[in-house]
Amino acid sequence: MSNVMIEAQGVTKSFGDLEVLKGIDLTVPKGSVTCIIGPSGSGKSTFLRCINQLETLDGGYILVEGQPVGVKVRKGRLHAQNNAEAARMRENIGMVFQSFNLFPHMTVLENICEAPVRVKKENRKAVQDRARILLERVGLSEKVHAYPASLSGGQQQRVAIARALAMEPRLMLFDEPTSALDPELVGEVLDVMRKLADGGMTMIVVTHEIGFAREVGDHLIFMDGGGIVEQGDPRTVLREPRHERTKQFLAKVI
Amino acid sequence: MANTATEPNAKAPAGETLDRQLLMGRPHQRHGGLWLTAAIVLAAIFLVGYSLVTNPRFEWNIVFGWFTSERLFTGLLRTLGLTAISMAVGIVVGVLLALARLAPNAIVAGTAAFLVWLFRGVPVFVQLLFWGFIAAIYPRIAVGVPFGPEFFSVDANVLITPFMAAILGLGLNEGAYMSEIVRAGLLSVNRGQTEAATALGMRRFAILSRVVLPQAMKIIIPPTGNQTISMLKTTSLVSVLAFPELLYSAQLVYSANFKTIPLLIAASMWYLLVTSILSLGQYFIERHFNRGGITPGRGIRRPRKAKPASPGITPKEVQP
Repeated sequence: MSNVMIEAQGVTKSFGDLEVLKGIDLTVPKGSVTCIIGPSGSGKSTFLRCINQLETLDGGYILVEGQPVGVKVRKGRLHAQNNAEAARMRENIGMVFQSFNLFPHMTVLENICEAPVRVKKENRKAVQDRARILLERVGLSEKVHAYPASLSGGQQQRVAIARALAMEPRLMLFDEPTSALDPELVGEVLDVMRKLADGGMTMIVVTHEIGFAREVGDHLIFMDGGGIVEQGDPRTVLREPRHERTKQFLAKVI
Repeated sequence: MANTATEPNAKAPAGETLDRQLLMGRPHQRHGGLWLTAAIVLAAIFLVGYSLVTNPRFEWNIVFGWFTSERLFTGLLRTLGLTAISMAVGIVVGVLLALARLAPNAIVAGTAAFLVWLFRGVPVFVQLLFWGFIAAIYPRIAVGVPFGPEFFSVDANVLITPFMAAILGLGLNEGAYMSEIVRAGLLSVNRGQTEAATALGMRRFAILSRVVLPQAMKIIIPPTGNQTISMLKTTSLVSVLAFPELLYSAQLVYSANFKTIPLLIAASMWYLLVTSILSLGQYFIERHFNRGGITPGRGIRRPRKAKPASPGITPKEVQP
């Protein structure tokens, strides 16, 4: 079996006249943590959203575990995936958003159980048991029956991580998971992510947390203006960036 | 400053110390104006009430006699049925039109917008007349292949009874209004909700029914309650189609006994009674759909008697 989780080649994407991705090439090995940093508007979130088809590609391709994203090949011709096929691919990819996006009309437990029960048709009781274990892992056992509005931002984000993990994904995407949090709540979310990385989960993290990228990341990517400017081992890239733009960016954020 | 200091109510001069013990109390309230206004209003109420009781032309004994009569009660039941069915048609049509207007297909969205424009723009009274006279435009209504063979056909006057005409007129007009209400509700739900559900692998129908619509309900329910109350009264227009609902039942009686005012009062009393009950029902439905929402000063709404999310698991067992 291949050891590659993601293979991207020449990925381009435009919003109207604005070209936000100008040919991204990237390989993500299984079990690795890839952190993407860069100024806002550099296309890092857009690339992340292309992986689970919240955005459609304009050019190039992305393979997730060898399976092309958004398209299928039939009799030597390329066809677009239908909604059900796209949804089936997303089942294996967890995503955590900057703004949490918990379902406000459901309790914490209902938030976590909704997709495994509705989408994967799993036994409700079994999913609830799993949800409790996940909540314990993110340190929120006592919030099982709470509604999202009664939780702090950090707690909501940890529930959102548990909700994504309940689908038992093989890949986790984090889109600036701590950017909407008060500074004192950032640590609790990063701790959960660190534990997840230690457990061998393949993760792609768009973040401004340079410390997290340095300590947890296996691979660091610096994006600017819709392209990858520089990538490599986080400690090396952060200590001695080779490109002028990377140096300028790091000088501002560190 | 110098001349104001001589007035008794003037601010304490800078040198004088404030009585801090006095400040701990609350200021004296004047209620004079309040009592006067109340007295005027009460007097007006008394005068109106006095005339209601003493004016013999109200004929209250006749009002109450007909209020409880079987004929008005039958009319009331027809009014309630008409309201319920028209609202049901309106809500279904409204949801479909709202979804169509939000569809990515421009032809579908445009057609829906046109229908809303049409059914909202023509007075409902005129629409009722059109449906009532439909046989003048389409004498026969047929099912078959367009421009091809016909499987069967019916006389329009047989198919479109006054009742059917009323349902079509009221339901389609209501659908146009409801579509705007539903659309506003759907648009009020944050895009991130749809994205989160999509990312979890949920299918379109599940996202709509489990995530978006339940949240849209909070926006949709209050105006829908209003529409229902409004519909109850709008059904009285159907009297023009000679369908014996509440108003037309009353009209039939007074055209025979000439007790016009007492019968109109009896009918009005029924409208008021049902409107009151509907308002009460709306209150409870709104409370239900505010689940998980924050009511200022009352904290987070839970369903009354919060049932455990799963059978067999109570909050107690979850405590570590």
